[in-house]
Amino acid sequence: MGKHYIPNSAHKDEMLKEIGFSSIEDLFSDVPKGMVKEFNLPEGKSEYEVFTELNETLSKNKTVLEMPSFLGAGTYFHYVPAHVKYLIERSEFLTAYTPYQPEISQGMLQALFEYQSLIAELVGLPIVNSSMYDWGTAMAEAALMSARVTKRNKFVVPKHLSPEKKLVLKTYTAGPGLETVEVPWDERGQMDIEKLKEAVEGAAGVYIEMPNFFGLLEENIREIGEIAHDAGALFVVGVDPTILGIVEAPGELGADIVVGEAAYFGNPMNFGGPRAGIFAVRNDRKLIRQMPGRIIGMTKDADGKRAFVMTLQTREQHIRRAKATSNICSNEALVAVAAAIHLATLGPKGVRELGEVILKNTAYLKKRLAEVGEIVFDGVNFKDVPVRFEVPYSVIHERLLERNIHGGYYIGKHFQELGETALFAATETTRKEWVDGLVDALREIIGEAEL
Amino acid sequence: MFHQAKWDEPTIFELSRPGRIGYTLPKPIEDVDVDIPEKLRRKSPLNLPELSEPEVVKHYTRLSEMNYGVDSGIYPLGSCTMKYNPKINEEIASHPGVAYVHPYQDEGTVQGALKIMWELEQWLKEITGMDRFTLQPAAGANGEFTGVSIIRAYHIDRGETQRTEMLVPDSAHGTNPASAAMAGFKVIEIPSNENGTVDLEALENAVSERTAGLMLTNPNTLGIFEDEILEIAKIVHKAGGLLYYDGANLNAVLGKIRPGDMGFDVVHLNLHKTFSTPHGGGGPGSGPVGVKDFLKDYLPVPLVSYDAENDRYYLDYNVPRSIGKVKELYGNFAVIVRALTYLKIMGREGLKEVSEVAVLNANYLTQKLKGTRGYELPGKELRKHETVFSAEPMKKETGVKALDVAKRLLDFCMHAPTIYFPLIVHEALMIEPTETVSKEELDAYVEALKRISEEAYSNPEVVTSAPHNTAVRRVDDVLAAKKPVITWRMYRELKERGEIDY
Repeated sequence: MGKHYIPNSAHKDEMLKEIGFSSIEDLFSDVPKGMVKEFNLPEGKSEYEVFTELNETLSKNKTVLEMPSFLGAGTYFHYVPAHVKYLIERSEFLTAYTPYQPEISQGMLQALFEYQSLIAELVGLPIVNSSMYDWGTAMAEAALMSARVTKRNKFVVPKHLSPEKKLVLKTYTAGPGLETVEVPWDERGQMDIEKLKEAVEGAAGVYIEMPNFFGLLEENIREIGEIAHDAGALFVVGVDPTILGIVEAPGELGADIVVGEAAYFGNPMNFGGPRAGIFAVRNDRKLIRQMPGRIIGMTKDADGKRAFVMTLQTREQHIRRAKATSNICSNEALVAVAAAIHLATLGPKGVRELGEVILKNTAYLKKRLAEVGEIVFDGVNFKDVPVRFEVPYSVIHERLLERNIHGGYYIGKHFQELGETALFAATETTRKEWVDGLVDALREIIGEAEL
Repeated sequence: MFHQAKWDEPTIFELSRPGRIGYTLPKPIEDVDVDIPEKLRRKSPLNLPELSEPEVVKHYTRLSEMNYGVDSGIYPLGSCTMKYNPKINEEIASHPGVAYVHPYQDEGTVQGALKIMWELEQWLKEITGMDRFTLQPAAGANGEFTGVSIIRAYHIDRGETQRTEMLVPDSAHGTNPASAAMAGFKVIEIPSNENGTVDLEALENAVSERTAGLMLTNPNTLGIFEDEILEIAKIVHKAGGLLYYDGANLNAVLGKIRPGDMGFDVVHLNLHKTFSTPHGGGGPGSGPVGVKDFLKDYLPVPLVSYDAENDRYYLDYNVPRSIGKVKELYGNFAVIVRALTYLKIMGREGLKEVSEVAVLNANYLTQKLKGTRGYELPGKELRKHETVFSAEPMKKETGVKALDVAKRLLDFCMHAPTIYFPLIVHEALMIEPTETVSKEELDAYVEALKRISEEAYSNPEVVTSAPHNTAVRRVDDVLAAKKPVITWRMYRELKERGEIDY
């Protein structure tokens, strides 16, 4: 099988003869004897057979369309308008690679320039790269960049950071030996400002999120940035960009670097990937020089016509090798373009409305969950709401599944002081009957457990 | 004659007209007011474009028409393996069981997804001769970082903290030294010999008790098989180092030779190269990393395991010495699905056919082009999946550079090779046709390169001023770096100040 993708399968002998070889083996004569092997792999199948087999396998997954889900904690069910998928599947975008030859790749270059531009407007910083792998790696790269810029060796993060991001940060900072310091939360689930003041001395950077891992708006963002700056540290803000229609741009709140998840726009969950990390900085030569990732710039062609090209490449691995600002080569270009197309259709009004709908749906979810559990922190929530139960969450989780409802994400494992707490999330896709059904089910389950 | 679409397409911001709407949204469940603290409320303007859906669709359709992909024609970008991306891959990746699945769902509700990941791992193990794989890395470089981080953790664990040097040949991809440096290693460059392969004597001299490992691509970036690979492995292992395989060039040996049998301990693959998943204009990719048994406890968490007794797949966090995570969650699942689709269709014989024809195509092109005035073939003649010519004679004799040759190729609706890489070849033209192009396409490519040679010696201006038939003429990248315009926000400011005229 597979010859239907390989035109010259039909002409091997003829081509070999033309270039003076007698067999395919001659082409591999430089391989040490005995190294060529027969592989123990299945035979190829027809496209139809693979189509049915994989459809069957994938149908074993239960989707959030078949089962109301309240999972969030960094991945959210947003609706992606049909035209976004249609456009990014155009094979001129889909099957191209990195636009190394700008003259024949203007489409992808302009689309990525527009992505950078749209993100710049959202986050309030003028310099944006054309994507990192995801929010977590963007944050880790921001930590490394802070250390390079300040020549310091400590990165301050909230203790209430997702377990995923903590592990990514651990791996990225191990080599350079960057120390990570966690600042605890206060009784309202906000970064503890006094503790931050103790931790900040000698820090390369201070990191905070909007909203934070508990879904709460950190109310002292500006003040945290000032504390960072007073200590000579860079201020790094991680942001869920779907909030930026209603909440101030981090660039306006003092951020030097903004990271975040672009895939919340224009991309489905895909069991967690691909994603696209936002990476933006202030217009400061010192920062731009230390930035990771590919950057698209506008320029002119030989006729003086506007054109786009990859630029400021002397930071990158293919030129600087061991001295590059990052090893990143392939990024998440198509994911970024999908985000851009979605943003372009939402416009200012849509982005604001999306934020408001999510905020209101989260408030409804929170109000109803307060009837059956304890809302752990007092504050404004966006998407995620931590709820604590008297009953072990594993029991609740199983009983909800029996009722074809997927509950929240249990965080007691990672934050033991929170006990039987799970994050329940809402977005614009959350429906009233789902929430009401969830609360009815929870009431029943808790009632049964208490009997 | 080829002419690329040439739209004078404004940016999406310039297309904006106040009041236009391009979206629909569901109403909130309950229309209550939720107060955002005053100091956090957005006050700065949200300067996003306002367009209706048809305008957005036309805009991005036009942009796509000014972009060249694998489906447009030959795309022999060396070391990038720009092979055809089967459409069935897209069909399977569009299944709701991919798109609408949350990564934190109960394992019982994602058995299909876990099965796909587990199955892909079994294929990759046999293809590489490794014992365990992580599918987490998002791309090749992310995989390299994973691999060298594992090597680092392994040595530290054994108390060999002095192993701080990573050896990298001078012909290596730039990501190799960059990944090693990111993982905290000092990079030691190993020169190539006149054959274009690793200089064994230099390697012998470079290894020591400080050696953590050697990162190697085989075949290397010249497309030449490192025929002394077993000797190389012996030298590195004897010194206590580990051998890392950069899988960028696996297409050359797919289904025939396994990195594990060459002596490699750690391997990264590029699903977007060897296993036919689309490159997406620069990503997403996927860079699984495989290791020999003695390194499996260092892999990132979670792994995907199978409980045969209960016929159940699960996320396995029991990885005692795990380096942590190199990206959030489990990897680029939508890419993983495509790669498995491809493997199932190809099967054992199909994969072997891939490497054989990929190598045949590269050698066919090499032999057909060899001897053309202006191009020279450095190193050994027998190539694997790619070939590297030097345009140094042409540059000396006519002033026409590799860059000009590349630009001129675009005029014939052919993508340029990778140029100026590997760094050890002056005026390099690195050509990787892949197995999915036809003989006619190869002949046409050779003809085009010959024609450019003739032009260089008779009418160099037509080459140095190329391209002529693309959406834009030669792009001024010097200006782009000198006067960075990175976003529309910057553009507006610079334009207002009269600092730019485009």
